[in-house]
Amino acid sequence: MKNHVWRPLFAVIGIIVLILIARLFYVPHDFGIHERGFMYGWYRNNNIEDWKQVKVKYQGRDYCKDCHSDKYESILKSPHSIIQCENCHGPAIDHPSDPPKLAIDRSRAQCLRCHFPLPYPSSGRAKIRGIDPDTHNRDFQCVTCHNPHKPNLSIR
Amino acid sequence: MISRRDFLKYTVKGAAGLAVPLAAIEIVNPKKILADSQGIGKTRWVFLVDTYKCVGCGFCVKACKIENEIPYDANVTRTWVERYVNTKDGRLFADTPKGARDGFTTNKIDLGLGKFQDVKNEDIRRSFFVPKLCNQCENPPCVQVCPVGATYQTPDGVVLVDRTWCIGCGYCIMGCPYGVRFFHPKYHTAEKCNFCYHRISKGLKTACVQACPFGARMIGNIKDPNDPVTKIVTTERVGILKSEYGTKPQVYYIGLDEEVR
Amino acid sequence: MVHGEIWTLKELFVLPNEYIYWSIQIVMYPFMTGLVAGAFVLSSLYHVFGIKELKDIARFALVFSFALLFAAPMPIVLHLQHPFRGINVMMTPHFTSAIAAFGIVFFSYGAIVASELWFLYRKHFVESALALREKQDKSLYENILYLVFCALTLGVTDISQEALHKDEKAIKTLAGIGIPVACFLHGYAGFIFGSVKANALWMTPLMPVIFIMSAVVSGIALCMLTYIITMELRKFLMGIKKAHAVGFQTKEDLKSVEINVIRMTAKYLLFFLIAAISLELLDLIFRGYTAVKSWDVLRSVIYGRDFAAIFLFQYGLGNAVPFILFLLPGLTLRRAVVGVLLVLFGVFMMRYNVVIGGQAFSLTFMGYMHYELPIIPHDWETLKEGLFGALGIFVMPFVLFWVLSHIFPIFNYEESH
Repeated sequence: MKNHVWRPLFAVIGIIVLILIARLFYVPHDFGIHERGFMYGWYRNNNIEDWKQVKVKYQGRDYCKDCHSDKYESILKSPHSIIQCENCHGPAIDHPSDPPKLAIDRSRAQCLRCHFPLPYPSSGRAKIRGIDPDTHNRDFQCVTCHNPHKPNLSIR
Repeated sequence: MISRRDFLKYTVKGAAGLAVPLAAIEIVNPKKILADSQGIGKTRWVFLVDTYKCVGCGFCVKACKIENEIPYDANVTRTWVERYVNTKDGRLFADTPKGARDGFTTNKIDLGLGKFQDVKNEDIRRSFFVPKLCNQCENPPCVQVCPVGATYQTPDGVVLVDRTWCIGCGYCIMGCPYGVRFFHPKYHTAEKCNFCYHRISKGLKTACVQACPFGARMIGNIKDPNDPVTKIVTTERVGILKSEYGTKPQVYYIGLDEEVR
Repeated sequence: MVHGEIWTLKELFVLPNEYIYWSIQIVMYPFMTGLVAGAFVLSSLYHVFGIKELKDIARFALVFSFALLFAAPMPIVLHLQHPFRGINVMMTPHFTSAIAAFGIVFFSYGAIVASELWFLYRKHFVESALALREKQDKSLYENILYLVFCALTLGVTDISQEALHKDEKAIKTLAGIGIPVACFLHGYAGFIFGSVKANALWMTPLMPVIFIMSAVVSGIALCMLTYIITMELRKFLMGIKKAHAVGFQTKEDLKSVEINVIRMTAKYLLFFLIAAISLELLDLIFRGYTAVKSWDVLRSVIYGRDFAAIFLFQYGLGNAVPFILFLLPGLTLRRAVVGVLLVLFGVFMMRYNVVIGGQAFSLTFMGYMHYELPIIPHDWETLKEGLFGALGIFVMPFVLFWVLSHIFPIFNYEESH
């Protein structure tokens, strides 16, 4: 009793011990310092796995090749061969099981992404031919006349 | 008056009390550095952007938003494309409407607050597009400032966010000099480009690289000398963004200009 | 809707992900911690340096500092997107982050203030506990009070002269340790901003020092204000009860004590105010003189867009006017009240101009962001990060102070030492 001065310190130590015990139960066991050291590598290791589990949606044109070989072949011969199928047809995800049908973007805006004329020097955009959407058949979808798989001015 | 002896006593005890939590961390997590040494030394993901090839179509942004489940109409995005327009009378304009999710389909510059600037093609001295994404810095300031260890750098150099651990303080958003971070509208945790970690770890390209028709975007492993990206980065003249911050960004640019912010 | 979009207006070239993510609650946060630190420093001026004139306000300031301490982390909690995960800061602290220090600094500071209070009021706890134990037929309230006081004694009932002498020594030590810790608590709040290299306005090593100085200013000002209010209330109550002979104090006694305390404290307020203004001006001049890359956009914000907020409200109304008010001879209570209110407003504006001003321009240095404080709340987010959230935070310490004053008698407490 004679040294009551230390009582608050005991109380504080008690609280710290409680926090440390709580920590044991609260913090996941794979949380710790990893390869990049404490500054850049202080994390829950399983989170890397979590990120790897994210579903792949864009499968790439090779995914389409086997079933849609005709389309695949035809577009490869056109200037649009550089464009991925999924840029217009939407992500395949698990097509044909899920989704069974893909929603095709046939909007004028889709074509204008490249074909609105912006003759910017030192940008690849200057080399792409464009149309003025305000004067060029403004009420029609581009695909009414142009076949995106064979755009070589071959009117449908 | 307090005696010197008493003072020292208090000081030592106080310091000991403060040191306890620091020491405890080491005790509770013994299996550090060794953990998993598979990736070390083999892979360091880097990115290469060729601004000459970019046409500002925005397919990369669209693909990114869908691939990485960022609500399509939310005004945030992991990657975006900027347009710079330098006029003959010396003015500089730049914009990135909706992050160029729908590309650039007008020559009007978006000035914000619903205002637009019409720039005639003949007044343009030069103009170009610059795609942006997370630089996966070698010294990421966003990771340094995270108070809880919810964002970190993987052994192969990608900065990830742990959505189960992020408290949403926004310090990392403030700490990023490149403005690549934001709060995910659904998960309300810090969100950023992670080079499509789920894709590159399966050997695929990132969604933006795959979606780009012009080859303006490339991803590669700088530790592989035969990687096309490595060859360009090591043999050609490439630039990085905002080197003055000392973050050592790992997205390299061909055709970068002083006026690119 | 994206967080921040509702109160952010973008102009010219702003990056798509840029919003004012740190809004009014982050203005409140350094404001409140500043008040904590300032109140503590004020109380320590008496306990450590033995400035006798501050004796009356010192005890008061300490209790108030304790009340503020609980309110200080609230703005951060309200601001977090995941408030319930806030505990992670204590569980997996990442010490390379300035915010991670929060858990440690806040906890040690709280421990110091609580311990100091314990020593200061130990005699009262013991006496109250003993008195309540003796009492027959305790009401429920008294029973609870009895338990509280028993717990507060921490099992020590020794209140001999010798023991009380030890208390006094402990208080002095704790107050001594407390000053650097209080400065650290607030200096680190400045460090949170000053160390953000991505932000051209925030990044300066002066930031922590500026924050500490203005913290002490605001802390002293709030203590003076609350002191005057409580003294006025007591005088008012005395008037009603017509009990002129409570103890040794009369209405006139109180009045003379009050104005003396206020005049004395005002001198210290002035001293810290000068230090704070000098540092802020130094920062401003230095930025203009060195004029690095970011200066163009900073200048347009400081001298253009935010001119009124910075030069009229912060420096003019918040610094210059109270400076003159306090400097004029014959300080009256009324003038002091106006002065401290303006000082508090000025410090608040300083926090506002730092936090919001730092986000008023884009990382591109080619665009601006305007902040529109949500006033009428229409959802949880605009409530907590709007006018009412901020006001709630500001009122909170006063409520806490009222609650605490039931356990720690602030006035009419006869000092044993």
